[in-house]
Amino acid sequence: MAAPEISRAAGGSGSGRDAPTLPTGRTIELLLLVFSVVLVTGALVLVEANQEQELTPTLLYVGLAYLVVLMLAHLAVRRFAPYADPLILPSVGLLNGLGLVMIHRLDLADQDRAILLGQEAPDSLVFRQILWTALGLALFIGVLWSVKDHRTLARYGYTCGFAGLILLALPGLLPSSISEVNGAKLWIRIGGAGIQPGEFAKIFLIIFFAAFLVQKRDLFSTAGRRFLGMELPRARDLAPLLVAWGLSVAILVFERDLGSSLLIFGMVLVLLYAATERVSWMLIGLAFFVGGALIAYQLFGHVQVRVQVWLDPFSDYDNRGYQIAQALFGLGTGGVGGTGLGAGRPDLVPFAESDFIFSSIGEELGLIGLAAILVIYLVLITRGLRSALAVRDSFGKLLATGLAFSVALQIFVVIGGVTKLIPLTGLTLPFLSYGGSSLLANYALVALLLRISNAARAPLTRRPAAPAVPIAEAGTELVQRPVVGP
Amino acid sequence: MPELVLQLTRAGFLALLWLFVLVALRVVRSDLYAASGLRAVLPGGGRVTARAGRSRTARQLVVTQGPLVGTRITLDARPILIGRADDSTLKLDDDYASTRHARISQQGDEWYVEDLGSTNGTYLDRAKVTAPTRVPLGAPVRIGKTVIELRS
Repeated sequence: MAAPEISRAAGGSGSGRDAPTLPTGRTIELLLLVFSVVLVTGALVLVEANQEQELTPTLLYVGLAYLVVLMLAHLAVRRFAPYADPLILPSVGLLNGLGLVMIHRLDLADQDRAILLGQEAPDSLVFRQILWTALGLALFIGVLWSVKDHRTLARYGYTCGFAGLILLALPGLLPSSISEVNGAKLWIRIGGAGIQPGEFAKIFLIIFFAAFLVQKRDLFSTAGRRFLGMELPRARDLAPLLVAWGLSVAILVFERDLGSSLLIFGMVLVLLYAATERVSWMLIGLAFFVGGALIAYQLFGHVQVRVQVWLDPFSDYDNRGYQIAQALFGLGTGGVGGTGLGAGRPDLVPFAESDFIFSSIGEELGLIGLAAILVIYLVLITRGLRSALAVRDSFGKLLATGLAFSVALQIFVVIGGVTKLIPLTGLTLPFLSYGGSSLLANYALVALLLRISNAARAPLTRRPAAPAVPIAEAGTELVQRPVVGP
Repeated sequence: MPELVLQLTRAGFLALLWLFVLVALRVVRSDLYAASGLRAVLPGGGRVTARAGRSRTARQLVVTQGPLVGTRITLDARPILIGRADDSTLKLDDDYASTRHARISQQGDEWYVEDLGSTNGTYLDRAKVTAPTRVPLGAPVRIGKTVIELRS
């Protein structure tokens, strides 16, 4: 062997750490969480200083509640998943915190406007969002505590699939008075509070498809005919893709929800691809997607409206194009550096705190701030995918891939819609947007990701077997065929 | 708020936000390969350290030739499976390797290589491996186009 080879080897062994002494990463997680508390508190102070010229008690409540939530989440991770990925929780925490800041900022603007118009002040959304965050935390801890090993979820695959289907179908079947808000039937509203069961259905369906594909993986990779250098799957194996496609179309027809429809189809497609490693699935899926999109465009008025608004929002500026046009103006006003927190007018966009929070942030933090937020999302997603790569069992791999990818696709769909890259679909940005169901569901999703990453990073628990080795060594001669490992 | 303070806080907040991102990315870099046990040599990243307390037992398996050159696996008590199967410890993408090609496992302080009925065979330093054979430190083990060796 040549000399450079040896020096490279020495360098590698110097810089690396061995698996058994792998740090848990909890210290760095705590550090980053404290950092995000500082960032969020600073942002709140800036918002209040710019808006009101004085600090209100709300600042204290929001800041303290945020601190308590993050610390409880950290303690829960320390207790239930000590080897979990150190970056997932801080990313989520910071995004959630920046969402709180932006929602508080829009609250202040709404209150100002109400005072100017002489109306009574509207409800403060930030307190509701904090309440939802606390509930999300409870769900997060609950999932971490109850799911001790993600592999047990595989056993409930079909149950989860059934639960997901019911949750998806429920708003579509209920009368419009309960389920319809702004033309989309995806709510269950009882009294003042409402939830969107579709957000939870997403997680159940990912669990189902991951379990199903692990069970039947061989079936889907059996060779069909070869065509253009790819192996096509057999016609009868297309069933799951057809089911997903039918499901998406049904959501589109009965619930008029473009976003969830796209999300579920994309998710199944990626899981199929991840399970079989065959490009032909992607191409077939894309063909299905294009076909479905064309048919939907021909049949449904609301899809046509969305596409027209996307192509030219300014042609119908006063009516349908108003929202997206205002969002684009907001992004343009923000420019590279933004107007500064609390110094812009993001409240001019309808639904600025939920669907269009991205443009609100863009106006006040500018391209630099938006890029930072995108990188934080990217870190969250890559850590999820990395857990998928590192975890040892196939179900965990598929589950983590599905969860991480569903977040990624949702972000793409929302931000693409807001920035007029693709037609607007009406999903919420995970953790940033105002919305209880989205926050709850995403906290449950993150708890599952942390559980999988804990399994991926924890050292193998083989230590109890160690005392047996010297005895075996002492007692036996050379063993011809070594014991087969797992 | 005065204009100057506004501008300063605006820039300061964005700088802090990016500082968070950079700290996060640093953590990503530091454990790029830690959890999987696989460790690739980062170009220019490694420091050359003196190998103090040099022992006779193998600590690492290093790929010295073939497409995966530079890959190293830290050895523990588990056997190393080599082949094209997805669950192999060292997964080869090589037409000359079999799905389950060879296994390197520990017996006491020594490591043994064993051919798992591969089509093209496993070679320890020119000699074809027919029975479990002890692998000395630094001896090349050839599997298809890949050559691996054990290092302390």
